[in-house]
Amino acid sequence: MLLEKGTAAPDFELASTPDKNIKLSDLKGKRVVLAFYPADWSPVCGDQMALYNEMLSFFEKYNAQVIGISVDSKWSHKAYTENSNLHFPLLADFEPKGKISKLYKAYNEEQGRSKRALYVIDENGTIQWSYLSPDGENPGADGILEALEKLEND
Amino acid sequence: MAHLKPPVSERDQQTGNANAPVTLVEYGDYQCSHCAHAHPLLKQLVEEEGGELRFVFRNFPLSQSHPLATLAAQAAEAAGKQQKFWEMHDMIYEKLDGLSRDSFTAFAASLGLDLEKFDADLESDDIAAKVESDFESGIRSGVNGTPSFFINGERISSYDGSYESLQAAVAQAAQDGSRESV
Repeated sequence: MLLEKGTAAPDFELASTPDKNIKLSDLKGKRVVLAFYPADWSPVCGDQMALYNEMLSFFEKYNAQVIGISVDSKWSHKAYTENSNLHFPLLADFEPKGKISKLYKAYNEEQGRSKRALYVIDENGTIQWSYLSPDGENPGADGILEALEKLEND
Repeated sequence: MAHLKPPVSERDQQTGNANAPVTLVEYGDYQCSHCAHAHPLLKQLVEEEGGELRFVFRNFPLSQSHPLATLAAQAAEAAGKQQKFWEMHDMIYEKLDGLSRDSFTAFAASLGLDLEKFDADLESDDIAAKVESDFESGIRSGVNGTPSFFINGERISSYDGSYESLQAAVAQAAQDGSRESV
């Protein structure tokens, strides 16, 4: 079970690059799409992070910042970001391993990595939507866009 | 989730029989190797199932992974302005080796297009908007990668890279359709 709608999103601060951290509470005033995912270097063409990378203008339209989180290190994220030409932050839930994924009920203890879980958090830091996808299945972005649209109309 | 939004309309690039009981929609990227693999299979399908099938192609270029994907999509749509969409579509997939920014004008020339009009259309807002709206419709329809297929508006997951898997999905839809109309 993921954290429910209406819950205050637990705050965290994680490394996004070797010399930069991102703190969730610093993003107040913006909507945040948190995408927990199992690992960098997925072998498929057009994987989940590559898809979101193509959608940055849509997220911007809804005043939303997309953020990926996995247990990979900041060095792996750096190489993966460069290799895939990504233009949004990937956070390293690396030490203590999986701490933030666990806070968000998005950690696979058996495999030792994040699950594929999506959260949409509103401008005030409250969780408004979540979705848990099977590990092997890219959830796409239709659910995220619907959730952002709903926030816009409420 | 996974319904085609919006439904197929006259804005879409389509081939086969416009009144066919089965409509197959592909979301594809010209520089995606899996789409290039599917291309001859789809051509064969349209030839063999011609009367039963309408085939629609919507653009889903992953431009950050594939630097020429958006331009390729625009080139095919620009050729469509001169009624040569499918000819350009085929040519791009068949000549992916060595594809460059200059390839598209060369393709247009070999298809006998009006090059001045082709170049103007290639850069036009109208064509850019068509490609973007295809991409957005893909996102809203739950497309998560390419190629993605929809039959009669529903996402199919049975395609496994083989011709037979596509053929079986189309045959199934034709059968379901004829049952409904009885």
